[in-house]
Amino acid sequence: MAKKIFLLTFCLAIFSIQNLSAQDGKAIFVSKCASCHNPFKDGTGPALKGLEERHKWADHKELLKWIQNPGAYMATDAYTQGLKAKFGSMMNGFPDFTIADVEAVVKYINDIQPPPPPGDKAAGGSSSSNQNATIFGIISLILAIIALILMGINSNLKKLSDDAEGIERPEPVPFFRNKVYIAMIAIVFFAISGYFFAQGAIGLNRQKGYEPVQPIFYSHKVHAGINQINCLYCHGNAWESKAAAVPSVNVCMNCHKNISEYAKGPKLYREDGTEVNGTAEINKLYQYAGFDPKKPNDWDPSKAKPIEWVKIHNMPDHVFFSHAQHVNAGNVQCQTCHGNITEMDEVHQASELSMGWCINCHRNTKVNFNADSTGGNKFYSIYEKFHNDIKSGKMDSVTVKDIGGLECQKCHY
Amino acid sequence: MSQNKYWQGFAEVTNPEGAQKKSADEFQEELPFEGFDSGKLVDAKSPRRDFLKYLGFSTAAAALAAGCKIPERKVIPFGNKPENLIPGEAKYYATTYIQDGDVIPVVAKVRDGRPIKIEGNTLSVYTKGGTSARAQASVLDLYDTNRITHPKQKKGDAYSEIPSYDEADKLVAAAMAGISGPVVLLTSTINSPSSLQAISEFLAKNPGARHIVSDAVSYSGILLANEASGFGRKLPTYNFGAAKVIVSLDADFLGSWMNPVENGVGYGKGRKIDERNPTMSKHYQFEGHLSTTGASADERFPHRPSETGAVALAILAGLDGSVAAPAITDAKLKAGIDKTVASLKANTGASLVVSGSNDVNVQLVVNAINNAVGSNGTTINWASTSNYRAGIDKDLTDLVAQMEAGQVGALLVYGANPAYTYYDAAKFTAAVKKVKLTVAFSALMDETTSLCNFILPTPHYLESWGDAEPKSGYVSFLQPTIYPLFKTRPFQTSLLKWSGNNTDYDTYFKAYWVGRLGTEEAYEKALQDGVLETTSIAGGIVSAISGGTYSGGSLATAAAAIGAYKKGGEYEVVLYQKVSVGTGTGATNPWLQELPDPITKATWDNYALISMSMAKSLLGIDLGNKEREKENNDYEYYPSKPVIKITVGGKWVELPILVIPGMNANTIAVAVGYGRAESLGKTAGGVGVNAYPFTQFNGTSFLYSADAKVEDAKRSLKIAQTQIHNSYEGRVEVVRETTLATFKMNPNEIVDWRQDLNDKYTNGTNDFRKEATLYGVHDAPGLKWGMAIDMNACYGCGACVVACHTENNVPVVGKSEVLRYHDMHWLRIDRYFVSDENNPDDLKGVVFQPMMCQHCDNAPCENVCPVAATNHSAEGINQMAYNRCIGTRYCANNCPFKVRRFNWSDYTGADSFKNNQDQQIVGKLDPVVHQMNDELTRMVLNPDVTVRSRGVMEKCTFCIQRTQAGKLQAKKENRPLVDGDIKTACQQACAGDAIVFGNINDKSSQISQVRDTNRQRSFYALEQLHVLPNVTYMSKIRNTDEIIVKSEHGEGDHKEAGSIPAKQEGHGAPAKAEEAHH
Repeated sequence: MAKKIFLLTFCLAIFSIQNLSAQDGKAIFVSKCASCHNPFKDGTGPALKGLEERHKWADHKELLKWIQNPGAYMATDAYTQGLKAKFGSMMNGFPDFTIADVEAVVKYINDIQPPPPPGDKAAGGSSSSNQNATIFGIISLILAIIALILMGINSNLKKLSDDAEGIERPEPVPFFRNKVYIAMIAIVFFAISGYFFAQGAIGLNRQKGYEPVQPIFYSHKVHAGINQINCLYCHGNAWESKAAAVPSVNVCMNCHKNISEYAKGPKLYREDGTEVNGTAEINKLYQYAGFDPKKPNDWDPSKAKPIEWVKIHNMPDHVFFSHAQHVNAGNVQCQTCHGNITEMDEVHQASELSMGWCINCHRNTKVNFNADSTGGNKFYSIYEKFHNDIKSGKMDSVTVKDIGGLECQKCHY
Repeated sequence: MSQNKYWQGFAEVTNPEGAQKKSADEFQEELPFEGFDSGKLVDAKSPRRDFLKYLGFSTAAAALAAGCKIPERKVIPFGNKPENLIPGEAKYYATTYIQDGDVIPVVAKVRDGRPIKIEGNTLSVYTKGGTSARAQASVLDLYDTNRITHPKQKKGDAYSEIPSYDEADKLVAAAMAGISGPVVLLTSTINSPSSLQAISEFLAKNPGARHIVSDAVSYSGILLANEASGFGRKLPTYNFGAAKVIVSLDADFLGSWMNPVENGVGYGKGRKIDERNPTMSKHYQFEGHLSTTGASADERFPHRPSETGAVALAILAGLDGSVAAPAITDAKLKAGIDKTVASLKANTGASLVVSGSNDVNVQLVVNAINNAVGSNGTTINWASTSNYRAGIDKDLTDLVAQMEAGQVGALLVYGANPAYTYYDAAKFTAAVKKVKLTVAFSALMDETTSLCNFILPTPHYLESWGDAEPKSGYVSFLQPTIYPLFKTRPFQTSLLKWSGNNTDYDTYFKAYWVGRLGTEEAYEKALQDGVLETTSIAGGIVSAISGGTYSGGSLATAAAAIGAYKKGGEYEVVLYQKVSVGTGTGATNPWLQELPDPITKATWDNYALISMSMAKSLLGIDLGNKEREKENNDYEYYPSKPVIKITVGGKWVELPILVIPGMNANTIAVAVGYGRAESLGKTAGGVGVNAYPFTQFNGTSFLYSADAKVEDAKRSLKIAQTQIHNSYEGRVEVVRETTLATFKMNPNEIVDWRQDLNDKYTNGTNDFRKEATLYGVHDAPGLKWGMAIDMNACYGCGACVVACHTENNVPVVGKSEVLRYHDMHWLRIDRYFVSDENNPDDLKGVVFQPMMCQHCDNAPCENVCPVAATNHSAEGINQMAYNRCIGTRYCANNCPFKVRRFNWSDYTGADSFKNNQDQQIVGKLDPVVHQMNDELTRMVLNPDVTVRSRGVMEKCTFCIQRTQAGKLQAKKENRPLVDGDIKTACQQACAGDAIVFGNINDKSSQISQVRDTNRQRSFYALEQLHVLPNVTYMSKIRNTDEIIVKSEHGEGDHKEAGSIPAKQEGHGAPAKAEEAHH
């Protein structure tokens, strides 16, 4: 159940097309329908919740006909012609849809519950370790002060007893001229400053939290969060290539040919608190695309000018990082590294992207090992030793580390 | 009976101890710190100031780096992304490498719109995916900063830009209208059918116009001889694979003659050995100097260049007695001819004789020989003729005469460069000035181009549409892989426009092929395949082999003419082409300039190759004399070489010498292609000396040898050779070579040696692997990469070396850095001379051994790295983390194979501190290094491979970016890795298929199969060191009857790793075997 909510709230990016089982309604919905349809509100296409109550869609065979070949279906059907008039474009056909797929998707739509209104979730929990550190710090400080006081009392008592016993001692050195104190303070100072220096040096060129101002205020929260557009709809390159790639203008225009104003969503704010006019931002896109909303049919995509986005996630040149390896082969969720992207308006760098951060994940992450014939990636069939170990119970899973994921030339070459 | 010695430099034969001492110190230079020379920091001149300097610098640098804002980087997607284009993923387009008539079907790897690598097209039946060094390097020419960027017109002495091609067309048309003589189109060999049609249309529209073909190095001798022998003015297809006996008379067919890739593919068929039934073709080479092809020959017989005709005649006389045998005084040569004749007679119908001579008479005799031994129709095919060269020398000389007489109205030049290659370039240059209109279609400002009134720059082949028909019926296509970088236009478009046809060549080309192939689909399929080798179209392949009709009518005259040739003088000079720069077109390419020559291992130069005896008589360098240790070592180990002055008929050059064994005593060999104009840029300009002026013209054809006068110029010049940069410190078990007779007699010699090593070493446990190390065995649970190299199939051509450069962003360092041992080749081809221990000049053979990181499982480099920058992977790869390396160079010092390369300077411009390239302490870098760092040139870099910065060690990675990409592809497709998915760059480039790479954990993989079926020849380099390399070599086998005597093994030789005496092969039990007589 928890997973379901997760899926509802966040855009689920990663679904291997090969791994789709026919009955997996949500997967089919996300991969094929979600780019235009939302269950609860109209998008490029109509909201799908309660679709069985509309038109003839209670008959799934009719629905299948429509999905497989909308053009042919519409020719004799006034209702769908009306839809086209309302939404301005005809639905894409999915000739490979089966009746089982339709059943699964409809079931998914029927089962699905509206997402809770945003802002419900508490952010808390993460600051507890910080609080502990403060408490420990205060305790240490108090203890140190007590120790100093005790030491002072001790020397005073000693002096008193010496006086009482008549032993002559030299005048005590005040603590600020006491070499032991000075040495101790110096050592502590060097240790602390060394620590901060080292931390600073390690942190050079790291930019966690980096959130540059982009040429267009593009909200991932609106697109991937509220409208639940699949990450791979825009960043499809991540499936195939090392680069996830920012979508080209013609991809934006797939939807924005029809969506020319920002009206229904929540108010948008910049980092500094100023409000953003969503419609104005869409108009900026039209500027780049050379698109006139009044004459949509005159648009020539080849005239579109590229948008110069500011790159947020920068890997050093000596690192080879492949999105395809992680997203496609490794089934890693986009959010694992990019954070709660569906909650971000303008994107910031959520992870450290440091080597230690990479390595830790490689240590713990299990590979999609084909331990038995039913699942996993067949690439790993050559790892005979691990297969035997799993069979004999010596291993229960294979981590990235086991197949060499911590080695230098996995990433540096 | 003989005891063979394998050596790289003369001193290793005559003075092994001295040689070892000289090369003992791998890094002969100290680190470039001032004041540390004394060795003691405390005693240094100014340690405090230095300390403060470095402290200040580091603090400032750290503060600067910390204070700097991270630069804002942009990510710019397409406006409208083309379908099927995936940013970050390479696309491959079939195209064709064309240069001077050489044609190699290739596939260009295009990464985000930039072509970055050339691979062979495996669909071609005659190159089978093989490439040459020049084809591999050609991608760099695309990004040459010296390319002409726009059309130009000469005004006075300077050129001014013509704003557009329409303008240029108008200007040329106006100039054409004002000329009085005919228009002449002068080109190099063009074997593009559509271009030839465009040319003929142009000629038809311009009455009196002519097309003259001129090749830089001419083949008109063969063309004319074939015409006289009744075959027509054609070149046949030679099938080296079908020949059991190959006789080459001065033809460097594996290096520069005809299409070496095609020859090499065929030749390789006969040279690979099946151990169960060891047979191979027999290759005799007669030549003046030691050529790349001669190096692979089974038996070589050096002779004077002037004797080529006599040798040919003697062979023919021996075969059928149809001509009188000339007197040959050299007893060895005579014996060689007799042996060759006997071999040819015994293999009638399976023999091939080729000659590189451009003398019609010699080629007529060669045709008679081939006719006598039944080559026509067996190893020589006249049904499929070669179109590699078509130039007739007389046409050019006549043209020059007409130009001089003012009888030519306009000269249009494409591909030809007589101002550089013509034997009398001054005459040509003067003649050009008498032509009213001169137009050059050229990508570079070469010698001829800079004489012309109009320059219309042409696109690089990777920017062009086009076709080539190198052999009749075999068509290969070009398609652009990048939008033209500059304002260029194909020369065919110009010709079409000037003949009133207003279509572009692009459209014309498509129309031509859609017309020939019938449908657009067929055309697109042909473009996609890149080659069209079919019998089903008109003008396609004729599958039957034809022997043609031979007529020997001209033989008697030719024989008489040869008989009347005058004897050569005291010295003879012969011109040859290097595998790198060729006729000179490769001279502008930094990768080719830095490619060590197969024989001399010299880079960035041409020089005079002379024999040992000439060195002694002329310069007093007596390399065979063990008494003259110091002088000989000086010659060998210091780059300064004495300069000689060579004079041929009033023209002279001064060149440094290199002494090469196995040369004819009186012959001097000089490579052409050097001494290019400064206008071609700093890579070519001023490197070496132009040797074309030594070409002779005998009234019919150009001859590339001549009598010469030679004198000591009493000065010296530096030659940057790489041969002594990497020394095995006297260990000889790196390379293994034997003769076919010895191998048949004792096939298990290597197996026994290895078994012996194993027995002695493992103390009965028989686990060589475990016993080898204290560190524990590296597991390879999934994949384990291994490589096998067949030295019998390696001809030293260097294609792999350039491929490695391209694939791995290996920097070019320039001559001055090579001189300082700073060359960066990850893959080098070691060249070993094989000779009798006491007679280095009596060369028995040459062994080429490609040497790269051996990826030892018990790697000595890994143990000594203080920061673990080099370590072992679970796939058996010895990995190198550049960003972790601190540059101690301990690893390189400890590597027995000397394959690690250190970035002494910022060769690639990768450093954060820009001034690193010009710092005084590292010395000034050559201009070529800066050229390679130009924004334009850097487009050739492979984005998947780190560009290394200064102070970092690097080496072969087994092309890890390719193994990683191959694995990812398999994972994406949810399938196991298939053998052959992953090929290393060197493997893919090799025309001889010498290199096999793959997963040795997979018992069915090619690498496992190759190792399994070649047990008797397989060995690891320096196996006795127990470093457990992952590269196996298969020993070289020469096809001779000589029995090589080996010592008895096991006399305590292998007890301790690394302590084997230097001359392991030479001592032990007395020789048992007698030389076999057959």
